[in-house]
Amino acid sequence: MLDQRSKEQRRAILQVLERARRGHIGSTFSILEIVRVLYEGILRVDPRNPQWPERDRFILSKGHGCLALYLLLAEKGFFPRAELSRFCQFEGILGGHPEYGKVPGVEASTGALGHGFSIGVGMALAARMDRKAWRVFVLVGDGECNEGSIWEAALSAGKHKLDALTVIVDYNKMQSYGSTFEIQDLEPFMDKWRSFGFAVREVPGHDVAALEKVFRALPVEPGKPSAVIAHTVKGCGMPAMENNPEWHHKSKISDEEFAQLYAELGLGRKLNEQ
Amino acid sequence: MRRTCLLSLYDLARTDQRVVFIGSDITKRDLEQLAADFPDRFFLEGIYEAHIVGMAAGMALSGKMPYINTIATFLTRRCYEQVLLDVGLHNLAVRLIGSGGGVVYAPLGPTHLANEDIAIMRAIPNMTIVAPCDRDEMARLMPQTLEWPGPIYIRLAKGGDAIVSRAEKPFRIGKAILLREGADVLFVTTGITTQVALTAAEQLAKQGCSAAVLHMHTVKPLDSAALLENAAKVRAVITVEEHTLIGGLGSAVAEVLLESSLAGSFRFKRLGFPDVFTEELGSQNDIMKKYGLDSENLVKTAQALIR
Repeated sequence: MLDQRSKEQRRAILQVLERARRGHIGSTFSILEIVRVLYEGILRVDPRNPQWPERDRFILSKGHGCLALYLLLAEKGFFPRAELSRFCQFEGILGGHPEYGKVPGVEASTGALGHGFSIGVGMALAARMDRKAWRVFVLVGDGECNEGSIWEAALSAGKHKLDALTVIVDYNKMQSYGSTFEIQDLEPFMDKWRSFGFAVREVPGHDVAALEKVFRALPVEPGKPSAVIAHTVKGCGMPAMENNPEWHHKSKISDEEFAQLYAELGLGRKLNEQ
Repeated sequence: MRRTCLLSLYDLARTDQRVVFIGSDITKRDLEQLAADFPDRFFLEGIYEAHIVGMAAGMALSGKMPYINTIATFLTRRCYEQVLLDVGLHNLAVRLIGSGGGVVYAPLGPTHLANEDIAIMRAIPNMTIVAPCDRDEMARLMPQTLEWPGPIYIRLAKGGDAIVSRAEKPFRIGKAILLREGADVLFVTTGITTQVALTAAEQLAKQGCSAAVLHMHTVKPLDSAALLENAAKVRAVITVEEHTLIGGLGSAVAEVLLESSLAGSFRFKRLGFPDVFTEELGSQNDIMKKYGLDSENLVKTAQALIR
């Protein structure tokens, strides 16, 4: 069950989408609790100084889930919350995929799948070279794990025993066309990560307390990179959307559809997010 | 040239803490000292070019300056999206050192020939492309890479190439070098086609034809000023590249010349590989000769244009 805060965050994202009328909404609701827990208690970051050298790095490798990241960055004060209303607009900074150098708090431009994990490995190696304590978190999608480069990065992270690196897999078992079990089965998934040298934890991916408990106990095992496999639901919190591939990326969302989504949230419909 | 490049990394690593070396299962030769003295900054990694380019980007985002070396084809084609997005889009100081630009690996066949590396690297915003002509020039290039912003693709030649660069002609990334003056024909070259053009210019001189050689070691950003200044003095401009005619030096030069006020005031010819896979084996020289990248054909081409 989603708590009140999770519901309010979903409403805030719906309000952003009401203006843009498009976005990877199912993916966003799949990772929202993961991103929330990271920014609300795990990541050592400074919104007033996004380039603080000692900060933890978070890379949203599945960049299409960016609305969750944008909401948390805005809530934490990395940029004014009003910026959210310009999502995907010509003059805005918040695109359909997050961009480094444009959006304060975004550590790498992602969108093409299979890139962020290798970047995270490089960052973790840089921290080790400099004998720094900052950590790296990379959130990848299950569909993204079809990319060979994910497993290249996994081989490398295992080789280097990067225990400052945590990969979080948004395992919602759905990709764009449909079920991962039909399109490209990843099972036995935990075994794959273990065999690449990772210490693995499974966690219910919308359970805020459970996520926090796992993230607070990182690394799972000293001397090994951690893989947190988060069992999630694509479109979580919206029965019409859950596990429905039509909502992987949705454009031209109608007024009727919005009305239904707000109703499903059960919070009523507020026009201004403040 | 590769040797000079890799050995000079030792000095760079000694003077600059940012310098990191990443190799993709390459030969140990010329790297032992770097590995021994800077083990924390020496990464000999597996055969996963896409990964190491992304990894280098992550290091560069954290203040490092990674130099990656592997075979040019695999460092450009295999991981093109990582080079374009992770390095190019982020505009990071990653140095890509491609061994065997052009047809250096002729005996190994078409899978190992980097005949389009310049074209695909040129298409990446922020990318700088340098193709030195000999090891002395490589030695002059490397220290400058510490100060140059953004990514650099360094195209390595075969090695053992004749020394034609000269210490008295200062090397600056982005600044072409006029290695020979001439009034009739201008050869514009990059990498080891500079040697071919200098030989051709000698032969032409004996026949009363005066040929200049402008060594365009940096193909991007192209030194348009030097190109236009020297093109204005001659009757014919000939570009010479160990590369496909699509999108490389000849294309870059043509773009500048055709959009300038000089357009139409001289004859123009590009020499390079036609739009085919060069499938012949043998040696680099064999293939270059077959496709007209030898001094004899340069002489003939020049004569025909100014006749």
